[in-house]
Amino acid sequence: MAKQYETVIGLEVHVELATKTKIFCGCSTAFGGAPNTHTCPVCTGMPGSLPVLNKQVVEYAAAIGLATNCEITQVCKFDRKNYFYPDNPQNYQISQLYLPIARNGYVEIEVGEQKKKIRIHEMHMEEDAGKLVHDEWDDTSLVDYNRSGVPLVEIVSEPDMRSADEVMAYLEKLRLIIQYLGASDCKLQEGSMRADVNLSVREVGASEFGTRTEMKNLNSFKAIARAIDGERQRQIDLIEAGRAVVQETRRWDDNKESSHAMRSKEDAQDYRYFPEPDLVPIVISDEWIAEIKARQPEFRTEKLERYNRAFDIPRYDAEIITNSKKMADIFEATTAICGKPKKVANWLMVETLRLLKERGQEPEDICFAPEHLAKLIELTEAGTINSSVAKEVFEKIFDENVDPEKYVEEKGLKIVQDDGALEEVLKKVIADNPQAVADYKGGKEKALGALVGQTMKAMKGKANPGAVNKKLREMLA
Amino acid sequence: MSIRSLTAVQLGKKIQAGEVTVREAVEASLAQIDSVESEVHSYVTICREEALKRADQVQKMIDAGELTGPLAGVPVAIKDNMCTEGVLTTCSSKILGNFVPTFTAEAVKCLEEAGAVILGKTNMDEFAMGSTTETSYYGVTKNPWNTAHVPGGSSGGSCAAVAAEECFCALGSDTGGSIRQPSAFCGVVGMKPTYGTVSRYGLIAYGSSLDQIGPVAKDVTDCAAILETIAAHDEKDSTSIGRDSYDFTSALVEDVKGMKIGIPRDYFGEGLDPEVKEAILKAVKVLEEKGAVVEEFDLSLVEYAIPAYYVIASAEASSNLSRFDGVKYGYRTAEYEGLHNMYKKSRSEGFGPEVKRRIMLGSFVLSSGYYDAYYLKALRTKALIKKAFDRAFEKYDMIIGPAAPTTAPELGKSLSDPMKMYLSDVYTVSVNLAGLPGISIPVGRDSKGLPIGMQMIGDCYQEKKLLQAAYTYEQTGSYVRPELAEAAEKGGR
Amino acid sequence: MANKISDETIEYVGILAKLELSEEEKLAARSDMERMLDYIDTLNELDTEGIEPMSHVFPVNNVFREDVVTNGDGSKDTLKNAPLQKEQCFKVPKTIG
Repeated sequence: MAKQYETVIGLEVHVELATKTKIFCGCSTAFGGAPNTHTCPVCTGMPGSLPVLNKQVVEYAAAIGLATNCEITQVCKFDRKNYFYPDNPQNYQISQLYLPIARNGYVEIEVGEQKKKIRIHEMHMEEDAGKLVHDEWDDTSLVDYNRSGVPLVEIVSEPDMRSADEVMAYLEKLRLIIQYLGASDCKLQEGSMRADVNLSVREVGASEFGTRTEMKNLNSFKAIARAIDGERQRQIDLIEAGRAVVQETRRWDDNKESSHAMRSKEDAQDYRYFPEPDLVPIVISDEWIAEIKARQPEFRTEKLERYNRAFDIPRYDAEIITNSKKMADIFEATTAICGKPKKVANWLMVETLRLLKERGQEPEDICFAPEHLAKLIELTEAGTINSSVAKEVFEKIFDENVDPEKYVEEKGLKIVQDDGALEEVLKKVIADNPQAVADYKGGKEKALGALVGQTMKAMKGKANPGAVNKKLREMLA
Repeated sequence: MSIRSLTAVQLGKKIQAGEVTVREAVEASLAQIDSVESEVHSYVTICREEALKRADQVQKMIDAGELTGPLAGVPVAIKDNMCTEGVLTTCSSKILGNFVPTFTAEAVKCLEEAGAVILGKTNMDEFAMGSTTETSYYGVTKNPWNTAHVPGGSSGGSCAAVAAEECFCALGSDTGGSIRQPSAFCGVVGMKPTYGTVSRYGLIAYGSSLDQIGPVAKDVTDCAAILETIAAHDEKDSTSIGRDSYDFTSALVEDVKGMKIGIPRDYFGEGLDPEVKEAILKAVKVLEEKGAVVEEFDLSLVEYAIPAYYVIASAEASSNLSRFDGVKYGYRTAEYEGLHNMYKKSRSEGFGPEVKRRIMLGSFVLSSGYYDAYYLKALRTKALIKKAFDRAFEKYDMIIGPAAPTTAPELGKSLSDPMKMYLSDVYTVSVNLAGLPGISIPVGRDSKGLPIGMQMIGDCYQEKKLLQAAYTYEQTGSYVRPELAEAAEKGGR
Repeated sequence: MANKISDETIEYVGILAKLELSEEEKLAARSDMERMLDYIDTLNELDTEGIEPMSHVFPVNNVFREDVVTNGDGSKDTLKNAPLQKEQCFKVPKTIG
């Protein structure tokens, strides 16, 4: 009988914090921008420059630590991690090894019906590296330091996960917690959340862990899942062939769906950590911790419960809406203005999700104002516009955040309330469609629908179909 | 008295009084540079045109009453490891041979804002690693008192320039004695302030936890005036310390009555040149006669300061100097195959032997398996050394000893045996490890006519006590600096 | 001489420090390092049991900046000293993907 194997997985998750400036200098962290525009002597490692810590980084990191049930290291320090690479301008990265900001936490995940705790070994603050772009033309690499010095936290889990599903659930859980804290937008595609996978396999029932490898360059949830499957199989094949798994760092190529070892004589992986002499220790007092705790938002589980209590919306809707902090914020803000939670949920569940999918965006990308959605709902409820016009206007709100009232006014999309105008049109429709009129009078109810349709068309949609229907019946009576 | 022989503060007064113009002062310095530089070689870069232009600007501001400080219009020199916007900054290394910073070091900025005129950048041991200024890629600096001897180091260029009157005062940096030792060798006053007193922003780092910028001056009054100008809390340097007061010139008072001076027996034992010992003890006697209470004591741990220092300084240096890689600035080798070959060739060709030696040692002591045994052991030793000083300062206002075991050695005699060179730092490095202030003042000359310096060490933030005692000694006239020309004559230049 | 530094160690440290030493320099580096380490080993005479390693001399902590953008476009200054550049980036030998 073939042997049964168990996969043992631990994750190192890097999260870019949502600060306005870099961790050690006053350069902007904004995405995009021409190469090296968001740089200064500090984040490009100029001789003589010195780092000064951004306080907000500590606040965010401590908040994440607290929200993941970690112990906060009340006297923590930065260390230098020394290695040469062009994206690392000083050839050392300022990170934390000996006294990371948070340790010994956990998050609870659910896979199917099963609940499980994934322990967090430690969490530390560090600076991100610059970007390297390969220049095909002359076979060189180009370095852009715009991302150099963007603050990161690295969350290192214990090897507590046993499947790709658990890994996904763990990442989802972290993403929700961090997004709810507002500490990061956690977009895998843009790289503001990245994960390295440490994986080993062992025979089911074995008490010792197997030799693990570290997999890097995983840019999406799908890539992570594929890499886990691929690496699991590679290690099992090695073991079955009687060969040893080598402890190494491997780079995943998602196009080829395979990985290769990142070994080089020049990468000794001996980082010579020592305390960063240019930065002083951080002392996080009980009072400071209390302040950070007091600022903690309502997390998803609590929010979901509250929605179920307070709003008459389906549980499924509440789950989808609370799965994104942004979506939940819009839901609450819009509902607070218009007082119609069901309508708001509808717009989010149907049209918003449809447009996000069409545009290839994530809920975090939503940029319209709740006021505008609330106004749109009011316009529809008041019968000022009909539902098909409303959809058209919503698309404008979604894409350009237009004020629906102004937009409807400017484009003349209001339902025509003038009975005289409607009567004129109806007279013409009746005159032009004698057969349909005859059918209706002959008892065919369906024929009335065709006449209403003709009228709406002639009115360019700006009529209330109910009103048209009523008027028609009167005129044909 | 010629202009160039004035002290900085004397010159400043004359400029304020309209007796000397800034241009005249700068021209006097440049003329002296022209006359002695070929022999002394204090400078790596001389900013002739810029200095003259700046002189006229400063003069206008003085005339308009906008600059009234003691250093307004005073020509100064800057050690070449401090960044100066638009002016070559080499650290006396080939690897920064073409490096032009885009910003100015905070301490230099303070001087500029006070109206000082920068004459140029002074020679030093490459990346401040050395005790003789012989490891410079740009040639050795010679001791103005006897050009067959070294000026000391690593701030040898700054100290030689002040001694040779090629400027009125200068900035140096001190990681293990790099201001105090060359000041002693060149017969000038040099001070390393308490760690954190002068901003390190813009100082190209050697050992970040030890580095401190300080004044090199003709006398104690100048030293206090410069310190007062450059000391300030700087938000750009996280290790900068906000102090209660910065009025160092108020310490220029002739009074040491009741001041308690500790003389560490361990500083006067084996290895100390008898002439140096005699001169220092004589100077201590002068202070005693002025009312100071002098007592011998055992400081302890003196022999462990050097090994601890070389572990910490080399480890930090190995990391600080890793940024010089041919990617962003400085030297890149002409031919290379691939990234790592480019790194290795650029660095191996760009750094001199002493720098490579310390980078190798520093990388080794931090490497896997050795960190605890070497680096942590050194940090624990540092803690013990700090404690030994704390104990001493419970009893004494200051500690007095030599700045170096001998007077300036002959050129070419030190580098052949690096270990021996390291050992000569015995009286200075512990002050850096403990973050304390120290001053070196001239107290005599040996039989060869070479200056002897006395080091006074204070508790942290006690610069004013040091300045007061040093000033009191100076005012007694026990040692008068001879005219340079006369001394050089005697030294057989 | 208690410390013996092997050729492999010199080679290894060279990789860490990105220094390529000539044969002559390697020999010198070995003996220099052996002598320095012997000397550094005198620290072992000291009992440092229970002594906290001191990285910062003064008890200063919590030095922060506020999260406010203070820097504008720094690309010109950043690239001013670049040995080689292209398209506003530093140009380096190809890095392995």
